[in-house]
Amino acid sequence: MHDKYALFVWPAYAVTALAFAWMVLDTLLRARAWRRRAERLEKAPPGPGDKG
Amino acid sequence: MFAALANPHRFMAFSRWAAPICGLAAILLIVPGLWLGFAAPPDYQQGTTVRIMFIHVPAAITAEWAYVCLGGASFFALIFRHALADAAARAAAPLGAAFTLLALVTGSLWGRPMWGTWWVWDARLTSVLVLFLLFLGYMALRSAIDDEVKAGRAAAILALVGLINLPIIKFSVDWWNSLHQGESIFTPGGPKIATVFLIPLGLMAVGYLFAFAALWIERTRTEVWRRRAQSLAVQAAGR
Repeated sequence: MHDKYALFVWPAYAVTALAFAWMVLDTLLRARAWRRRAERLEKAPPGPGDKG
Repeated sequence: MFAALANPHRFMAFSRWAAPICGLAAILLIVPGLWLGFAAPPDYQQGTTVRIMFIHVPAAITAEWAYVCLGGASFFALIFRHALADAAARAAAPLGAAFTLLALVTGSLWGRPMWGTWWVWDARLTSVLVLFLLFLGYMALRSAIDDEVKAGRAAAILALVGLINLPIIKFSVDWWNSLHQGESIFTPGGPKIATVFLIPLGLMAVGYLFAFAALWIERTRTEVWRRRAQSLAVQAAGR
């Protein structure tokens, strides 16, 4: 597909691929970061003022 | 089902499997959709630019569906003060903005060779631009207010007001003269598109919706973890 419209079709697919890559990476990286942070805080030893 | 999933523990257990299943479904639909899309012959009028349709129309459909999800979640968050609905609303906004931007950019790349212009202040294009601004406004409003509860309520009101834009987008090509083509899929007499284009378009559209579902569920899970982490951090700081 190298006709006169290739200059419009390929950038459209490239932009779409980039947007999907951003959505997937951003979603997975944020999920991993917050899950790890929550798990680390849950495992943190209780402070001296904590009861129970 | 919605009542059962309103419980955060049940939602986390359900979503652990639902997100990857939706992601897999998206891949299984989008890959053959792309294959058939590139195998389809050029349109007799639009030539090979018709291939932009397979990514432009699904992006536009998903953008509108994302706003329906944002509005629905905002309604439950505002009326029933449900924290998970608020988390779901917050998670939907950046995805909706991304799909709307995709619809605008791919539409512009399609419009230039077909209409002779990148952009025109046409009712359909302008109402989709308004949709993009509504997503950005929702995110900006949430970020601008420090109190998360107040921010959530203010943003939910904005999201609900913005729902009026959805029928405007849908019927803009009927209500006003437009460069944009009219409805050609969900018409009373059936789709006006040839089957050779309709099948890849359908696969891509459903695939995009599954991709949105997978990402939305995962981002809602992230929002639950973020709130849990912040709550634990506050507890730890108070010790």
